[in-house]
Amino acid sequence: MCGIVGLFLKDPSLEPQLGALLADMMAVLIDRGPDSAGFAIYGEGQAGRLKLTVRGGDLPGVADAISRSIAREVTGVVRDTHVVLSLPEVREEAVRGWLAVHRPDLTVTGVGQRIELYKDIGLPADVARRFGLGGMAGTHGIGHTRMATESAVTTDGAHPFSTGSDQCLVHNGSLSNHHSLRRTLEPKGVTFATDNDSEVAAGYLTWKLREGASLSEALEDSLADLDGFFTFVVGTENGFAVLRDPIACKPAVMAETDRYVAFGSEYRALVGLPGIEGAHVFEPEPARVYAWERH
Amino acid sequence: MPVVDLAQTSRRELNSRLHALTLDTNETLWQIDNPGGQHALAVGVDAPITIQIRGHVGYYCGGMNKEAVVVVEGNAGVGVGENMMSGMVHVKGDASQSAGATAHGGLLVIDGNASARCGISMKGINIVVKGSIGPMSAFMAQSGALVVLGDAGDALGDSIYEAKLYVRGEVKSLGADCVEKSLDEEHRIELRALLDAAGLNGEVKVEEFKRYGSGRTLYNFHVDNAGAY
Repeated sequence: MCGIVGLFLKDPSLEPQLGALLADMMAVLIDRGPDSAGFAIYGEGQAGRLKLTVRGGDLPGVADAISRSIAREVTGVVRDTHVVLSLPEVREEAVRGWLAVHRPDLTVTGVGQRIELYKDIGLPADVARRFGLGGMAGTHGIGHTRMATESAVTTDGAHPFSTGSDQCLVHNGSLSNHHSLRRTLEPKGVTFATDNDSEVAAGYLTWKLREGASLSEALEDSLADLDGFFTFVVGTENGFAVLRDPIACKPAVMAETDRYVAFGSEYRALVGLPGIEGAHVFEPEPARVYAWERH
Repeated sequence: MPVVDLAQTSRRELNSRLHALTLDTNETLWQIDNPGGQHALAVGVDAPITIQIRGHVGYYCGGMNKEAVVVVEGNAGVGVGENMMSGMVHVKGDASQSAGATAHGGLLVIDGNASARCGISMKGINIVVKGSIGPMSAFMAQSGALVVLGDAGDALGDSIYEAKLYVRGEVKSLGADCVEKSLDEEHRIELRALLDAAGLNGEVKVEEFKRYGSGRTLYNFHVDNAGAY
């Protein structure tokens, strides 16, 4: 099972509603994945600054402590079990180093100029509410409702997975060769935070993108290198892509209008989108990469 | 005419009302509004009625249908018309995977495309797809006919028993034991009737189709394979 939703806006006037639309889409797919949920939102970015999404307990004061300790302007916005730290790009190493020493209990879930990434166990609608997804703005976002199969019901196992700056991936399915793939990626410098199969797919794409592949090319290559069942939805700083395995084992429906591209594991998740009655609704073909980019 | 708005009425209540109908019912035309992609709409109906669903539907719409005509004015999710026995299901948009799966009878018409596994294990249903069909269609098909005006994806008719497959466009590849066969007079007559039933009176020439069916080489154990054991 598992449910995926994704929304990529073409019309900037919809951006203030991105979180609200995505939250409604996720709530519909609770029965495809009731144990945990997560989402990535691509919001405002500032040149020269990074957002570091950090998960854990006792978060108020973390940003101030970092600011004091490494004498740079670091601010933080706490949302339930996550804090999004805003910091100068050049201080990423220092901040990560501080966290490792002073707060080893915390986990970095995502980093990038624009991405914020939240995940937790619980019913998807509750998870979205706790993080205030409904009030978030942005250009695109991806959400996941999980029914765990390959690993435990933990926040670590919840999607999306982010293994590179402003990158994220959600996955419905299961991969068979993730152990061997992990062994080939680790020597290339791709690091993994969990033993989850989907994180390996994310790491694979991160490696391909780092080697200079476009998002479409990276996904094309994954068809040869990944073995298993998958529907992927992938986000980058300015891109949004969808890929299904060659036998299309897991469901997918897409809708496109002049204002947005939307993805849902089932059409039900798309029903509340504006202008859905007139949208081009289609099922993505197996083994075909669908990608959109903002310019 | 009963009009059921699924924004107000639950799917379970709709199906209960449809199941309560008898063969001599006078409520023969139903309109269903705001289906919203819900699953299992108008399943298990056993009455000679017409059900017009105005919008996209989710999984298994019209499944197990007997007697009724179910018209979907939109796309259909996985397994539309699965296991239907008689009557007709008509999808005006596209259909997802496993359309008409395991169905014993009746007619399934899809105006758009059908994706993978269309007619999988079909057991007597007739299916007419005006667009193209995806890979692995008619897998282990046993009886009935699958008519495709467009193209067929990989592995058409893999491990097929005795269903007849008529394809006008390209077949990307044939599955195990599925072979092209001659299109004889009896097949042209059958094909003409199916096209007419799907509302394509005279628009499509039967001569443009090729027929595929079972090579019947998988029916019995082949002694040359004895060494494999």
